[in-house]
Amino acid sequence: MRMRRSAASYCLGIESTADDFGVAVLSFDGEVLSNANSAYVPEKGGIHPREAARHHAEVAGKVLAEAFEKAGIKPQDVGVVAFSQGPGLGPCLRTGATAARALASYLRVPLVGVNHCVAHIEIGKLVTGAVDPVTLYVSGGNTLVSAFEAGRYRVFGETLDIAVGNCLDVFAREAGMSQRRGAPFGALVEELASRGKTFIPLPYTVKGMDLSFSGLLTAVVQLLHEKKHRLEDLCLSLQEVAFSMLTEVTERALAHTEKQEVLLTGGVAANKRLQSMLDVIAEEHDARFCVVPKEYALDNGAMIAWTGILAYQSNITLPVEKSFVKLRWRLDEVYAPWVEG
Amino acid sequence: MLIKKGAEANLYLEEWHNRRVIMKRRLPKKYRIPELDEKIRSQRTIYEPQIIHKAKEAGVPTPTIFMVDVAEANIIMEFVDGKQVKEVLNDFSPEERLRLSRHIGGLIGRLHKHGIIHGDLTTSNMILTPYGKVVFVDFGLSERSTELETRGVDLHLMKRAFQSTHYRHARECFEAVMEGYSEVVGEEEAKNVLEKIREIERRGRYVSER
Repeated sequence: MRMRRSAASYCLGIESTADDFGVAVLSFDGEVLSNANSAYVPEKGGIHPREAARHHAEVAGKVLAEAFEKAGIKPQDVGVVAFSQGPGLGPCLRTGATAARALASYLRVPLVGVNHCVAHIEIGKLVTGAVDPVTLYVSGGNTLVSAFEAGRYRVFGETLDIAVGNCLDVFAREAGMSQRRGAPFGALVEELASRGKTFIPLPYTVKGMDLSFSGLLTAVVQLLHEKKHRLEDLCLSLQEVAFSMLTEVTERALAHTEKQEVLLTGGVAANKRLQSMLDVIAEEHDARFCVVPKEYALDNGAMIAWTGILAYQSNITLPVEKSFVKLRWRLDEVYAPWVEG
Repeated sequence: MLIKKGAEANLYLEEWHNRRVIMKRRLPKKYRIPELDEKIRSQRTIYEPQIIHKAKEAGVPTPTIFMVDVAEANIIMEFVDGKQVKEVLNDFSPEERLRLSRHIGGLIGRLHKHGIIHGDLTTSNMILTPYGKVVFVDFGLSERSTELETRGVDLHLMKRAFQSTHYRHARECFEAVMEGYSEVVGEEEAKNVLEKIREIERRGRYVSER
């Protein structure tokens, strides 16, 4: 006989590490009941942390209400509140954390602090069915290759300076592109690159297992200002170099760990060229290639809620008085007892 | 005969002008566009023998390079006869083990003193010849750097290699490595690097449990 769902069988997750404010409700068996989101879009330039945080504070009530409404549950039905505790932008993290603390205290339910990078991997596994992948997580704030080993998600390679998404964004802004809702800079660069014809050499920087994108960005911006090349060709060359670097490091991790799956996630995961490169190495190593769908590859509340559930079920909770945000919380600092292996 | 299939290059044991040689080939990568692929493979084929040569200048035994074929991204080098340090270290007597570790530390010190970061310091990349010489191989991940950070990461890898493959003797072996290292680079520098290694460990990236 099936038990009636107890109050503890829903988790509310709040994501607010950068420009997205997301709230989701998930059941403990992994069903996404709602995944609401509001993104801060700067008028010009990159994300201003304080402005983004102001946006989050303004929309928090609305997004929370939307998440409850879509899920069809009442706040009292929530058994656990999870929030992104880091890494991310301080003011943004604090806004989400404040909302999470208030809710958990008001509802008198446990609070769980979730690592944003772990959450990307966990939701990726949930929605693609991957079990034990080598993950390439590429976004505007993060660039890393990770695989699980002895209790933690290890970092096999990462950027030494800026994230690959950041590199693409800055280039696009320098080139005078303007992003719109639904058409981020990455998509604009990808579209132009598809019309590129000539490859222009750019610095390719892989140091051991780690990557560097700052020199590549400087070089491509210089070429842009020289105005000797077509923008389409620059986009093509930038993508080819940046993505080849990512693929090389991912392949090395794959060869080293001998895992059978490659998981691609983060905002840059939507890029078809990057997908096709990773598909090639996955095939060469007899691994299954999984791309996380956009809704769950971009920052979202569902990933926080799901990871919150996993942690909660391993008896990991966070007392409100200790729930400080951790701006530089590394993926491999997180003990993840819920993962087998 | 293929003896090692790596992510970046394959190693073959071959006969070449009546010699047993190692052939290191960087095969084309299908995911890269040909222009970029050729550039990367040829650059690395040029770079690796250069750094192997620099290591010799620093007084660290490395394989002799016989031929570099840039177009084919192929390096033909000496097959170093001997045993991987990995295979022998555990079976050595405590004195021999410490002497060898000390010696290895001295060699790493020479590399670092000359601005060479090996990038993959494990006991399987060190060959002990029948004449008692230690030869460093596989400079595929090497780089030129004098930064404290890169030296720290390099030696930390060595420490990790001891912990995973020679865990029963890891502590004493690494201490002996640092003694040998210190004799070459000086106590002050060795102290700085040790402090750096501790910082790297605290960052969590390389920690197994804490």
